[in-house]
Amino acid sequence: MSVQEFFAMGGYALYVWPAYGLTLIVLLANIIIPVLQRKHFFVKALKKKR
Amino acid sequence: MFLVPDPVVRFFHRMASPPHFYRFTERLMPWLVVIFLLLTATGLYGGLYLAPADYQQGDSYRIIYIHVPSAWMSLFIYVVMAIAGAIGLVWRIKLAEIVAISSAPIGASFTFIALFTGSLWGKPMWGTWWVWDARLTSELILLFLYLGVIGLYGAIDDKRVASKAVAILALVGVVNIPIIHYSVEWWNTLHQGPTVTKMDKPSIHVTMLIPLLLMALSFNVYYLIALILRVRVELLQRERNTQWVKYRILENRQ
Repeated sequence: MSVQEFFAMGGYALYVWPAYGLTLIVLLANIIIPVLQRKHFFVKALKKKR
Repeated sequence: MFLVPDPVVRFFHRMASPPHFYRFTERLMPWLVVIFLLLTATGLYGGLYLAPADYQQGDSYRIIYIHVPSAWMSLFIYVVMAIAGAIGLVWRIKLAEIVAISSAPIGASFTFIALFTGSLWGKPMWGTWWVWDARLTSELILLFLYLGVIGLYGAIDDKRVASKAVAILALVGVVNIPIIHYSVEWWNTLHQGPTVTKMDKPSIHVTMLIPLLLMALSFNVYYLIALILRVRVELLQRERNTQWVKYRILENRQ
């Protein structure tokens, strides 16, 4: 199977790849949001200390 | 309780202590990430590359590798949320309350993914993005239940009171879970019946089944990772006036 063939998904590329792309975005967001919240918590708390 | 070995009981007792949970999950996290990446890489390689195209659906069926695990997770996380909520309600264990509310956005995300990927699969196969059939409608109600839980928690300032309210809402909503699962059997739906969880033998070939199960495992580990990250933030916020959080702030040990 060639690379083009793989990405063509037998003609269903327009359905398969957006499904995977959106899943990636949503799952990444659920990791990034709490990590940023934790950083924000420490930055705010350290500011208050000074 | 007497059926559970003593070390297991002690482990859960210690995990219910916020500073211990925070420290333990800090060390656990890199391992979980490695396991998640390995499962996802092998699952996607098997599903998108090794597995053959479906004899009826061609390559469009490959959406299954995220659609079905997401749908499973949307139900599983709801049950975890309801059980954790009930434990928090009965025994007033703070960590259980936090596990319940921290599960809600992750469960909502998986429900959204299941609906969205299902829509992208439905268009080429059924010729429509959406139908108001029993499976799709009950899954949409699940999304609203999750959003209701998140909204209710945000609307009440006292977080212990909010946790009680959320637990009751989550427990009432549990009736929706068997409805979703059996919807394809109880009603005539456009959505296909179960192929994997059938009692006798799954009607899916092993080269397709193994990547699907790997992805299901991968999403479970992902849930654990996302849950831990959220629980830790919520713990810091609720316990910001306690000694262990103050020490962490002082030493900037995030």
